[in-house]
Amino acid sequence: MGAEKQYIDLFAQQENLITKHSPEVMNKLRAQAFEDFKRIGFPSSNDENYRYTDVQKAFSSDYGLNLNRLDMSFKPEDVFHCDLPNLGTSLYFMVNDSYVEKTHKDKNLPDGTFVGGFRKFAEMHPDVAARYYGKAASTAHDGIIAINSMLAQDAFVIYVPKGVVVEKPMQLINILRSKVEMMANRRMLIIMEAHSEARLLVCDHCLDYKKFLATQVVEIFVGEGAFLDFYELEETNDLTTRFSSLHVKQEANSNVLVNGITLMNGLSRNNYYFELNGEYAEATLCGMGVMDKEKKVDVYSHITHAVPNCHSTELFKNVLNDHSVGSFAARILVKLDAQKTRAYQSNRNLLLTRDARMYSKPQLEIYADDVKCSHGMTTGQLDENALFYLRSRGIPEAEARMMLSVAFTADVLDHIRLEPLRERLTALVEKRFRGELATCSGCSCF
Amino acid sequence: MPLRHKNYSVFRWKAVSDNIKIYIINMLEIKNLHANIEGKEILKGIDLKVNAGEIHAIMGPNGSGKSTLSSVLVGNPAFEVTEGEVLYNGKNLLELEPEDRSRAGIFLSFQYPVEIPGVSMVNFMRAAVNEHRKYKGLEPVSATDFLKLMREKRAIVELDNKLAGRSVNEGFSGGEKKRNEIFQMAMLEPKLSILDETDSGLDIDALRIVAKGVNEMRSSENATIVITHYQRLLEYIKPDFVHVLYNGRIVKSAGPELALELEKKGYDWIKEPETKA
Repeated sequence: MGAEKQYIDLFAQQENLITKHSPEVMNKLRAQAFEDFKRIGFPSSNDENYRYTDVQKAFSSDYGLNLNRLDMSFKPEDVFHCDLPNLGTSLYFMVNDSYVEKTHKDKNLPDGTFVGGFRKFAEMHPDVAARYYGKAASTAHDGIIAINSMLAQDAFVIYVPKGVVVEKPMQLINILRSKVEMMANRRMLIIMEAHSEARLLVCDHCLDYKKFLATQVVEIFVGEGAFLDFYELEETNDLTTRFSSLHVKQEANSNVLVNGITLMNGLSRNNYYFELNGEYAEATLCGMGVMDKEKKVDVYSHITHAVPNCHSTELFKNVLNDHSVGSFAARILVKLDAQKTRAYQSNRNLLLTRDARMYSKPQLEIYADDVKCSHGMTTGQLDENALFYLRSRGIPEAEARMMLSVAFTADVLDHIRLEPLRERLTALVEKRFRGELATCSGCSCF
Repeated sequence: MPLRHKNYSVFRWKAVSDNIKIYIINMLEIKNLHANIEGKEILKGIDLKVNAGEIHAIMGPNGSGKSTLSSVLVGNPAFEVTEGEVLYNGKNLLELEPEDRSRAGIFLSFQYPVEIPGVSMVNFMRAAVNEHRKYKGLEPVSATDFLKLMREKRAIVELDNKLAGRSVNEGFSGGEKKRNEIFQMAMLEPKLSILDETDSGLDIDALRIVAKGVNEMRSSENATIVITHYQRLLEYIKPDFVHVLYNGRIVKSAGPELALELEKKGYDWIKEPETKA
């Protein structure tokens, strides 16, 4: 045990400070999380699922934490403008791991819907908060979920009651900002009651060129017939390390789309867990990584079909340049009862240099005997014939390579169900391949 | 007209009137061209001159080097030129990148057009047209003008309006792919067009549409090289010269009547280079 010690000491010494600034419902899980963390620690490189990410190393720096919940010295609205053209989202901010309370009330939110920080939510809906918090992401088997549950002091919450449709897309901006090396422990809790509908775009940004470590646990509960789009866009920088664990539990006839796009990062480990617990539930999990230099994106997913007649589609694509490294390990588990399951898993990767590396492990584990499942993986180079074809029409080689790289990711972007968002993200991806991307054009970060 | 000169000259004389002659630069002049693919010599000394306003047909059996010649002319990196030279408007063509050759006015209608999923025809053509405009020192074309241009050129080869949104050649039928090549040719308005087996895989209606497109674009300013296995296409696109390519060399050159003769007799009767006079 190496990197764990400083976090065990930190928690032992600062538990009072942590709990003092947190809602009670979060504190209830802390002792168990602490016990679990002491027992299992961080995953080691011997762990089959963490072979390509050195977790110990990532956590070994001495990061600062804002356990006192000191106020930020700036208003994010003043420095950060990221309106999607033609989309007009309701905008929310988290700075490091604290939700920034809005100064005025959301006019567009339907009655009964809650969007905001956990403290307020726990006051308004204590029973709902207790019923869902920590119920999808167990601390028992994952040291990173455990440490997040030990240290997290706030959460971004969306609660949409039964039958309510939130028309206006929501956008959460996660800002990392600090004068010193900093660790942030973010939580998100999304509760969609039966037949509700919502769309959320989460953008990760970094405003300071400092070393950041962000852990994130997202718990999503989707009731019968409910509908949720969850888009995530990471545009941080090469000093940022991110460990995300997203957990979705779906009831019958629900429909969930999760699309995780990494455009700029340092090291990102994104875990996705889906449980399809009600018949005719439909899940789409897709994502893409654009990597260059020494960047790394490590995707792990686990989709469980527990009941009959569900449908899942999984598609991850990576474009790797320079010395970047990608990893994809995914499993679809079809349980004995889950007849008539349709489950498709696909991972496709484009290597632009000889030094880029991709590790891929697509897996199906099927116990039912009447299912339609497939999995596949391809890793290759740009099609030389296509490149020549474009050049033969007068398009310069660099431009042609860019067009083909963008084209390669097109079907991940096609899965975006909001037209303006799809257009905007396509433009962003193009900018990324042109090397022009620092932040999105709408943002005036300093 | 002599096609094989002992003394290679970039220029030819053209009589404007009885006592005035002007120099005309050959549009394309290929001299003793040798080319390899993967170390295997395919072209073994090609000589050919093409002038503005002319249509040349290059015929020959399978494996004679017809497609290699077209690939070398547009700079396909899979082929290596080992000897000889190619002048385009008097300048060394072989040192130009494929994109520069295109912008200088050379166009190849591919025998096997490449499918490019994820790149829409409209984005592809806009990028290509704007690169050509940039080369000529023009501003990028406006969105409305571009769509108008697309519509106009599309009509020449009778492609429907769904074309713009579709990915390049993806899911196109054989005929649509070839019509799409001629559509791109119409968009880019090349000086020298090379049609590589444009007739292969076409039914008679598609063939007529393709030929009509090519003929509409024909002018005294531009030239066309038609590479074909069969005489069929030449009924619709009338050549001024017919050359027979065999085993990497042009073994016979004559007028359009040669195509008919080949159709009747096959290629067996001409397999050696014509003896030099």
